[in-house]
Amino acid sequence: MVQEAVTHPFSKYLREEMMPHIWCAGCGNGIVLNCFVHALDELKADLDKLVVVSGIGCIGRTAGYTNTASFHTTHGRSIAFATGVKLANPELDVVIVSGDGDLFAIGGNHFIHAARRNIGIKVICANNFNYGMTGGQLGPTTPLEALTTTSPYGNSEHPFNLVHLAAAAGASYVARWTTLHVRRLTQSIKRLMQKEGFCFIEVISPCPEIFGRRNKMRSGLEMMEWFRKASVVENFSDPAKADITPDRIVVGEFVDIEKMSYEKLFHEKIAQINEKAMEKMS
Amino acid sequence: MPERIKHAPLDIKKVKPPKAEIHLIKNQCKGCGYCIEFCPKKVLEESEEINARGVHPPKIVDEDKCILCSFCSVVCPDFAIFVLEKKQEETKK
Repeated sequence: MVQEAVTHPFSKYLREEMMPHIWCAGCGNGIVLNCFVHALDELKADLDKLVVVSGIGCIGRTAGYTNTASFHTTHGRSIAFATGVKLANPELDVVIVSGDGDLFAIGGNHFIHAARRNIGIKVICANNFNYGMTGGQLGPTTPLEALTTTSPYGNSEHPFNLVHLAAAAGASYVARWTTLHVRRLTQSIKRLMQKEGFCFIEVISPCPEIFGRRNKMRSGLEMMEWFRKASVVENFSDPAKADITPDRIVVGEFVDIEKMSYEKLFHEKIAQINEKAMEKMS
Repeated sequence: MPERIKHAPLDIKKVKPPKAEIHLIKNQCKGCGYCIEFCPKKVLEESEEINARGVHPPKIVDEDKCILCSFCSVVCPDFAIFVLEKKQEETKK
């Protein structure tokens, strides 16, 4: 039976005073937040030891919506801030939920070097193929021939392949899902939270209001229909061949390796230096 | 029809299939239609009424058809729907 005036079972993970969120009808960011919250609930995560960091963009609001310690940073610097948080207190779980424009356009270099160092921060990137918040400009992930406000005759730039970039830079866990694969995305976020080292999930997210309506997909349902038709699950395939085209989106887990994380090596080194100094003093 | 579902399971009298209890928070719905489209049993349908946000929230057509997969509650971007299992005492009555 329908009962009105009930609270959602996951409302304890959300800041109730901030809800409902500002995202458009059909936006995938809500699904990313929902899957993240589901994963937290299944893991029974300690909310006191979890820090959610996000940058600028529509999905940057996530840090304000989750009822954890959260940090809304300047544009493109979410990984830089998260590196500081993780190095200062390695016991904290640091999760970055941010967008493709924030992480790969202005913050691309931070991403590469965080992946190279293999620092134990977890990155969930919602890829909506354009700069949604500022009006739909061309971004580094816009597919070829896509129409945006700054490419009205079709995009002529080759897009980034984010999973290939992350895998090549040395991340220890790399996956890509769409917002239609909610169960697998939730499982993947659980795996991400349990792993050591730099982990990265790209979530292909519908943006019907800004990107979709210029590309003959006026509603969120039409964009989800595109994901359903085009996506192919290929676990542990070659990320170099996982380009996003209108006919084919390769999803799945691409990399899952064990590697020593930077914060452990860093704190070991500090302990060694301190021991030597103590020997000299005595 | 496959052989294994031709006959009723032997313990059908002892084991009751779980019944679902679908909760809709109608005023949080933004009318994206994901729960209606992606329900595997087509339990939901767009309603005639208009909520506080000016859209048509879903309504429940047949709650007994729900198989508790909870896909609607994960795919909802607005935290407006969730499914709970009905308590066992209620189903015995």
